[in-house]
Amino acid sequence: MAHVHKFKFFAFLAGFLLSFGISYSGMINPEKILAFLDVAGNWDPTLLVVLGGAAGVTLVTFRFVMRMPKPLLHHQFVLPTLTKADRPLIMGQVLFGIGWGLIGYCPGPVFSSLALGYTEPVIVMLSMIAGAFMYKWSHSSK
Amino acid sequence: MENFTPFTGLIGGIIIGLAATLLLWFNGRIAGISGIFNGMVTARRKGDTLWRFLFILGMVAGGVAQQNLIEHSYQPLNAPLWLLVLGGVIVGFGTSMGSGCASGHGVCGLGRLSVRSLVAVLTFLSMGILTTYVVRHVLGVL
Repeated sequence: MAHVHKFKFFAFLAGFLLSFGISYSGMINPEKILAFLDVAGNWDPTLLVVLGGAAGVTLVTFRFVMRMPKPLLHHQFVLPTLTKADRPLIMGQVLFGIGWGLIGYCPGPVFSSLALGYTEPVIVMLSMIAGAFMYKWSHSSK
Repeated sequence: MENFTPFTGLIGGIIIGLAATLLLWFNGRIAGISGIFNGMVTARRKGDTLWRFLFILGMVAGGVAQQNLIEHSYQPLNAPLWLLVLGGVIVGFGTSMGSGCASGHGVCGLGRLSVRSLVAVLTFLSMGILTTYVVRHVLGVL
């Protein structure tokens, strides 16, 4: 199998596994997300365990992976170049947090729940696309 | 806290971390869901779209597999349409502007010890908590 086919296969596999984990962890449920965010209500701290488990793994594995001169199926690592917490980052994350707190959906769980036979994730996904285009247009018209 | 599910949360979190490891190790990419999706929808570049589509397809399949093979736990929020659209648009706009969501900044950014991502995570978590507090305990809805 050529590298280019393996690259596509591993993209699918990583997406599958990531979503399986989101679903297994319970984070696929917007109600469970809101139960985490609702610290003054019947608080459910599960999200912290999920994030801790995931980041605990990457904290260890990324150290080893990043010591490699390049990834197995590509000529270089493609990493974010920005390192400072600038204004767009803060403003964007403030907005993301507000939207997340309103509906309990972030992009991951939207795709995990997309084909389970409910219209709700489809509506949220289409709205997310609309929001992404609004940012793109507002940004490029400056 | 009877809704706290630390065991499935931890196992799910570890699976998420391993999925992110796989994508970086083999493909040299950060498993940021909003970034991967936006690169396929709003910022298409030739030869850089198919793997993104396959990653998202893998996510859709991963959710279907987990929910059907292990436990059908997903429940829609049953929120009104206007709220889903509003929340989705804000999430889409915010993750575009803030270059990432819980997977990119949370799982991968923290694993890379990125200060920018740590600021992002603390920002969206605190705004999510604040928003849910206002919605549930000040306005008294949902």
